[in-house]
Amino acid sequence: MMDLLNILLSESFWAASLRIATPLIFGVLGALICERAGVLNLGIEGIFVVGAMCGWMAVWLGAGLWGGILVAACAGAFFGLLHAILTVPLGLSQHVSGLGITLFATSVSYFTYRTALPSVSSPPRIEPFQPLDLPILSDLPFLGPVLFQQTTLTWLALAFVALVWYVMNRTALGVALQAVGDNPNSVDAQGLSVYGLRIGAIVAGSALMALGGAFLTMSAFDAFFFGMVNGRGWVCIALVIFASWRPGKALFGALLFGAFDALQVRLQTEMGALVPGQVFLMAPYILSIIALVIAARSADYPRALLTPWFKGQR
Amino acid sequence: MTGLANGPAPFPMTDSTVLKLTGLSKRFGSVVANDDVSLTLKKGEVLALLGENGAGKTTLMNMLFGHYLPDAGSVDVADEEGTLRALPLGHPQAALGAGVGMVHQHFTLAENLNALDNITLGSEPLFALKRDRAAARRKIEGIIERSGLNAPLNVPVGRLTVGERQRVEILKALYRDARILVLDEPTAVLTPQEADTLFENIQAMTQDGLSVIFISHKLREVLAFSDRIAVLRHGRKVGEMATSEADETSIARMMVGADTPKVARAELAPGKPVMQLAGISVAGRSKRDTLKDVDLTVNAHEILGVAGISGNGQGGLARVISGLVHPSAGRISIDDRPIAKLSPAAMVKAGIGRIPEDRHHEGIVGSMSVAENMVIERLDDPEVQRFGLLRHDEIRSHSEELAQEYDVRGPGVTASARLLSGGNIQKLILARVFERAPRLILANQPTRGLDMGAAAEVGRRLLEARERGAGVVLISEDLDEILGLADRIVVIRDGTLIEAATHDRETIGLMMAGETE
Repeated sequence: MMDLLNILLSESFWAASLRIATPLIFGVLGALICERAGVLNLGIEGIFVVGAMCGWMAVWLGAGLWGGILVAACAGAFFGLLHAILTVPLGLSQHVSGLGITLFATSVSYFTYRTALPSVSSPPRIEPFQPLDLPILSDLPFLGPVLFQQTTLTWLALAFVALVWYVMNRTALGVALQAVGDNPNSVDAQGLSVYGLRIGAIVAGSALMALGGAFLTMSAFDAFFFGMVNGRGWVCIALVIFASWRPGKALFGALLFGAFDALQVRLQTEMGALVPGQVFLMAPYILSIIALVIAARSADYPRALLTPWFKGQR
Repeated sequence: MTGLANGPAPFPMTDSTVLKLTGLSKRFGSVVANDDVSLTLKKGEVLALLGENGAGKTTLMNMLFGHYLPDAGSVDVADEEGTLRALPLGHPQAALGAGVGMVHQHFTLAENLNALDNITLGSEPLFALKRDRAAARRKIEGIIERSGLNAPLNVPVGRLTVGERQRVEILKALYRDARILVLDEPTAVLTPQEADTLFENIQAMTQDGLSVIFISHKLREVLAFSDRIAVLRHGRKVGEMATSEADETSIARMMVGADTPKVARAELAPGKPVMQLAGISVAGRSKRDTLKDVDLTVNAHEILGVAGISGNGQGGLARVISGLVHPSAGRISIDDRPIAKLSPAAMVKAGIGRIPEDRHHEGIVGSMSVAENMVIERLDDPEVQRFGLLRHDEIRSHSEELAQEYDVRGPGVTASARLLSGGNIQKLILARVFERAPRLILANQPTRGLDMGAAAEVGRRLLEARERGAGVVLISEDLDEILGLADRIVVIRDGTLIEAATHDRETIGLMMAGETE
C-alpha cells in the first residue's frame, strides 16, 4: 500500500502520465473533430503509423524537427482526404473505409521504411525534441518536472485542446461542424456545403492524428520501429466516446489512460515477482473499458454519425 | 396604390409580382415529378399550393429553393426594388440571397444547437475568429417582436416542442431577410391551436410585405387563410383561383380529378366470430400500452371501430393482435381456434393482416425494394420462393400487377420502398395485406397523414374486405372516420373497452372523455 502511495506522489509518475497521454490527446482531438462532423475515422490507427514514419523520416532526411512535424501532418491529411472522399461524396461505409485506410496506411509506411532502409537491423536514430528547460519554471519543485520539463509537442497538444474547444464553441465554423454532425440538412438548408465541412473536418482531424504518431518517433522515442503505435489509435476511438465529444473531457480521458499506463509500469517493477507482467499490461485497457462502459451509457452521439448524406436526396 | 418607395404599404400590394416560376419541369428517372409548371406570386399575398400526396408540390418548391436542379424552366425573383431577376438554379445559397426562405416539412434543425445558433448558422463568415452573438440576438428579438413568433433562444432545439421548432424554422428564414416564405405542410405536426396561431402570425407578417406560399392538403385552413389557390395534380398545374371564389367541392374535384365517390356500403348481417379476446391484460410500460381484462369479439362481415383519445391503450391492443406482445392474462382465439404461441409470424399465419400505425418504420423495410416489401409476409409461399431461393422474376411481375391494381405510384417496383410518398407506402401495405385475403384486418390509424384520395381508397378497401367476409378492427383517433366506416363501436379508455351501443357523436365523445359509464 505504501508503495502505491509512493508512486502516486512521485513526480516521475505524473510526468510519465502526461507524456504517455500526449499522443492520445492529439489522436482523440482528431477523432473528435471527425465525429463531431458526423464521420467515424477508423483510419486513425494507420494514420498514427504514417505520422510516426513520415515525421521521423523527414527529420532523418534532414528536414529538421518542425519540418518533420509539417510532413507528418500533411501525410495524415492526405490519408484523411482519401477517407473523406470515400465516405462523404461517395458515401461508402465509414467502418470499411476506415479499416481499409488503417491497413493501407500501415502497410505503406512499413513498405516505405523497408524500401528506404533495406538492410538495417537497428533503426537509425534522430535527435528528437528535447525536454523544455525554462528558467525558474523548470526548476519548480514537482510542477517543474511534471509540466515544464515536457517537450514542446506536449505543450502543442495542450494548446490544441484549447484551440479545438474555442473553435467548436465560440466560432461560426464550430457551430456549423456541430450542426453537420447532427442534421446535415440543417447546414444544406442554410446554404453551407455539407461536403465541404465534412471533408475539411476529416482532413484537419487526420492531420492531428498524425501528430500523435509523430510524437512517438520524435519525442517519446528517437526512431521508427514496427508495431510502435500498438493500438493507441483504437484507444482514442474509445476515449472520444468517454469524452462525450468534448475537448476538455477528452484531455481528462487521455490523462486518465496515461496515468493507468504509467501506474502499471511501476506496479510491474514493484510487484513483478508476485503477479505475471501481462496482468499489468492489460490493466489500462481493462480500466478504460470499465470507464467507457460507465461513461458511454449516457453518451450523446452526434445524431448523424455514420449516416452518409447525398445532395439532392432529402 | 403607389406606396412602393415609402416603406411598407398599409395594405398588401396587389400589383407587384415578387416571384415568377416559368415552365418548371423535373423528372426522377422515369417519374415525372413536375411538368411545365408556371406560377406567380404577388407582394403580400398568401398562395396555397394544393395537391394530393405525390402531386409534385414539394418538388416544385425544392426547385425554387435550389435543392433540386430543374430539367427545364426558370425562376425569377424580385429584388428589393421590385425588379424581377433570374435566379441561378440549384443553389440554395442564391435563393437565400435573393430573399427566398423555405420551411421544410421535415425540420432542418440541428437538435444539439440552440435556436440562436440554428438561426445564425450559415449567415456568418465561417472562418471569423469571433461571433457577434449579441447583435444576432438583438436582430432575432426584433423579428420575434414584430412577427409574434416566440421561441426560447438558449435551449437546445432538441428540447423544444414541435410548435416552437417550427417557429425557429420560420425565424431562420426571416433572419435571412426573406421576402418570400415557403412553408411545406406547416400544420401537419401542429395542434389546432398552434396552427391557428401560426396563421395569425403569417397574416401579421404579410402586412409587412412578406409573400407566402404554403403547401397543404387541409382544405379548411386553405380556405380560411389563403388569398389564392393553385392546384397540382400528377406534377401539372391543373387550376388556379382566388380563394374567395373557391369552395371545398370545387377544390376537391380539381385535386382528385373527379368527384370523390361516396363510398357505398352494403347492409350486411354480422357473421360468425372471427377473433375473440377473453380477459386479455397487458402490463405495458406506459398507459398507452396497457390493457386491463379486455373482452372483445370481432365478427365476419363487420368493421369494429375502436375510438378513444390517443394513448389510452390502443398501442397495447394493436400489439396483442399483431402478436408483438404476450398478454399477462387471457386468451386469444381466431376462428374458434385458440392461439397457443403468440408471435407475429403465428398471427400472420392464423390469417391476420396488419396495417400498422407507424407505416414508415413498422410497415415497410425502407431499404428493400417495393417488390420485396410486397411479398415479405409470404416468404414460405412457393410462388415467391423455391428451394430457399427467391424467384425474382415472378416476384417482380407479380408486384407490378399488384402495384397497378392498388395504384402504388413511384419510381417502380425495384426501387427502395422508402422513396415512396406516405400515401403510396400505405397503398403498398394495403396491397400486401389484402392479397393474402386475411380473416381479420387490424387497421391502426390507417388514414393518418393521407390525402383525400388515398384515405378514400383505404376506406373502400376496408369495406371491400368486410363484404368478402373478413372482420376488421379499425383503431382511429379520427372519430369521423370511425363513424363513417364502423358497424359497431367500442371506446377504449384507460386500457379498458366499453361497448358504445350508439353511433351518436356526442355520446361517444363523452365516453372517450370518461364522463359516462
